[in-house]
Amino acid sequence: MSKGVLVDVSRCIGCRSCMVACKTWNDLPATKTEFTNNWDAPGKTDAYNWTVVNYHLIEQGDQVKWRFVKRQCMHCDEPACESACFTHSFVKTKEGAVIYKPTELNQDYCVGCRYCMVACPFGVPSFQWDKSLPYVQKCRFCYDRMKEEGLKPACVTACPTGTLKYGEREELLKEAWQRINSNPNYIKRVYGEKEYGGTSWLYISDVPFDEIGLKTTAYGKPVSEKSIPSYTWNVLKWTPYIFVGWGAILTALNFYTKRRDEVHHHEDMYEAVNTIEEKKDE
Amino acid sequence: MQKSWSFKLTPFRYLLIGLVGIAIVVALARLVFGLGAVTNLSDEWPWGLWIGFDLLCGIALAGGGFSTALIVHVLHKEKYLPIARAALLTSLIGYVIALVSLLMDIGRWTNCWRPFFYWGFHSVLFEVFWCISLYTTVQVLEFGDIFFERVKIGPLKNILSKAMVPLTILGIVLPTLHQSSLGSLYIVTVDRLNPLWWSMIIPFFFVWSAFFLGPAMVTIEGTLAARAYNRKPETEVFSSLTKVTMCMLIVYFIVKMIDLNYRGVYSMAFNGSFESNMFLVEMIVFVLVPIFMYAIPAIRNTQWGVFTASVLVVVGVVFNRMNVVFTGMAQSAGGHYFPSIWEWLITLGMWSALALAYLFVVENFPILVKEDHEQEGLSSGKSVSTGRSVEA
Ligand code: SF4
Ligand code: SF4
Ligand code: SF4
Repeated sequence: MSKGVLVDVSRCIGCRSCMVACKTWNDLPATKTEFTNNWDAPGKTDAYNWTVVNYHLIEQGDQVKWRFVKRQCMHCDEPACESACFTHSFVKTKEGAVIYKPTELNQDYCVGCRYCMVACPFGVPSFQWDKSLPYVQKCRFCYDRMKEEGLKPACVTACPTGTLKYGEREELLKEAWQRINSNPNYIKRVYGEKEYGGTSWLYISDVPFDEIGLKTTAYGKPVSEKSIPSYTWNVLKWTPYIFVGWGAILTALNFYTKRRDEVHHHEDMYEAVNTIEEKKDE
Repeated sequence: MQKSWSFKLTPFRYLLIGLVGIAIVVALARLVFGLGAVTNLSDEWPWGLWIGFDLLCGIALAGGGFSTALIVHVLHKEKYLPIARAALLTSLIGYVIALVSLLMDIGRWTNCWRPFFYWGFHSVLFEVFWCISLYTTVQVLEFGDIFFERVKIGPLKNILSKAMVPLTILGIVLPTLHQSSLGSLYIVTVDRLNPLWWSMIIPFFFVWSAFFLGPAMVTIEGTLAARAYNRKPETEVFSSLTKVTMCMLIVYFIVKMIDLNYRGVYSMAFNGSFESNMFLVEMIVFVLVPIFMYAIPAIRNTQWGVFTASVLVVVGVVFNRMNVVFTGMAQSAGGHYFPSIWEWLITLGMWSALALAYLFVVENFPILVKEDHEQEGLSSGKSVSTGRSVEA
């Protein structure tokens, strides 16, 4: 019963009610914005803005379109952040939310190494750089609302246009394909269905995903469809064998090459150098 | 040799002590006010100078410890004994630096003991963390063997001597594992790290380069120590070590090429981008050039030749780590990062402390080979220790 949200980019009007709702529900402080002339400058999520709506100006032939894209943690099915954290501070809940335990469940083991930030393919987790003992912060899928009160996430409730739809991931996926197949304007792809092993948040759009800031290629190749933990696990699983095997090889070598008269009497060959002139020492 | 502890202060050493002092003040400020106040790190660049340089390079540079241990204590190539202790010492100090920079770098440092109790074993960092902690302990014990030669506590010394063989083996297995897992740390950066550096076998590249860096590091260190203390450098030991380094460099280069080809990113090395140029410099200046320098006897057998080539190898490994941490990530990270003055000061202080610690230990413990034995032994090329002939 993993939940998800379907984001239909073609319906979004960029009102940013979702951002406000997120701040209100999660008690996040307001941050100062700066005026720029650059309307389509994409903003990033940070420790106090768990969701942002980005404006994109899209030119198709002689047509110009505005598209608005809400971004937040994608709540991956097999999250890189969870697998990277060596203190178990992230967890994928059975409801589908990926939460950070230190602030969510008061299990304060996080050491602040920020490996989770290095690992996330979407660059989502943020650090409270202004705190002396900072926490990692990111969208938590309104886990408290979802779990205890059976409510939709705050942003979904606030959205006036039906851009955001909350439900079972499987059903949302079906609906997404229905919408795509019944309307030729849509790009034939659900972003989040397969990317990095699949995510709980799914996007459909009538303009190409890479033009609205959703990563479809990296260094000229399509982004991975395997989950990130599956890569690391492929390497990590060898650790015990290497440990035992290499240890055994070394022990064998040690005995094999050992000389019979070998005793640990090397003491006489070394000396401290304090007796020697240090004239060249500078 | 039982004299009182000595440490002569020269102006240069006063300077080092001053730098350490400044770093301590900055470090305290960092612990109190937090990372954001002191560093230029950001959400785009969560890892900077301390992780990228001090930790990754500190540990790579400590590669001399385990490669020499393997050659001397496991393969029993005793002609390399003269450099064994110095290698162990630098390696130990390198690890302490790595641990200190780790403590500096973790945001919630009051939780630094937690990972011992909550095991995220599916994380590469978990492996790194345990291996570094255990291996530092092992090295302290190994060093204890030397320590008790000066500070005579009989029973302890005996216990340690008995434990030496398993400790030595553990002291090779652990660094092998975590030198490679430092590389594995970057497997997670699928689609983020530039494919010139990202590879499923990046753990192999890391452990392999840490290993061949060892002999080069020992050469540099030995040459500098010889110069500082007005002794004769063990040039012959150094140039015979170059065979190890050269073969390993060649293997490294070949595997690198095969790997690039296999992943179909070979052409990226020549597309003229900043990344490709950095990659070419890394491969040509720091891998191919040293291979040739080592291959030519006229260069390899001279003091300056073996020294220069070794410097290239060591700088090359540092360069490679920097490319992985910074160059290769720049495009996907966006934004920019340059260490703040405070970050530099802490780094400077840590490496000054390293130099001071090295000087102190070398001047008070039997680390370097006795001059008179060495002269004769090395020039004849047969024996390095008194009274016992040792084959190469
Ligand atoms: S998007 Fe990033 S932070 Fe969110 S669940 Fe996936 S890996 Fe974790
Ligand atoms: S910063 Fe905290 S949550 Fe992130 S990987 Fe490190 S310990 Fe885990
Ligand atoms: S509330 Fe809905 S329509 Fe408004 S910006 Fe957010 S997603 Fe778009």
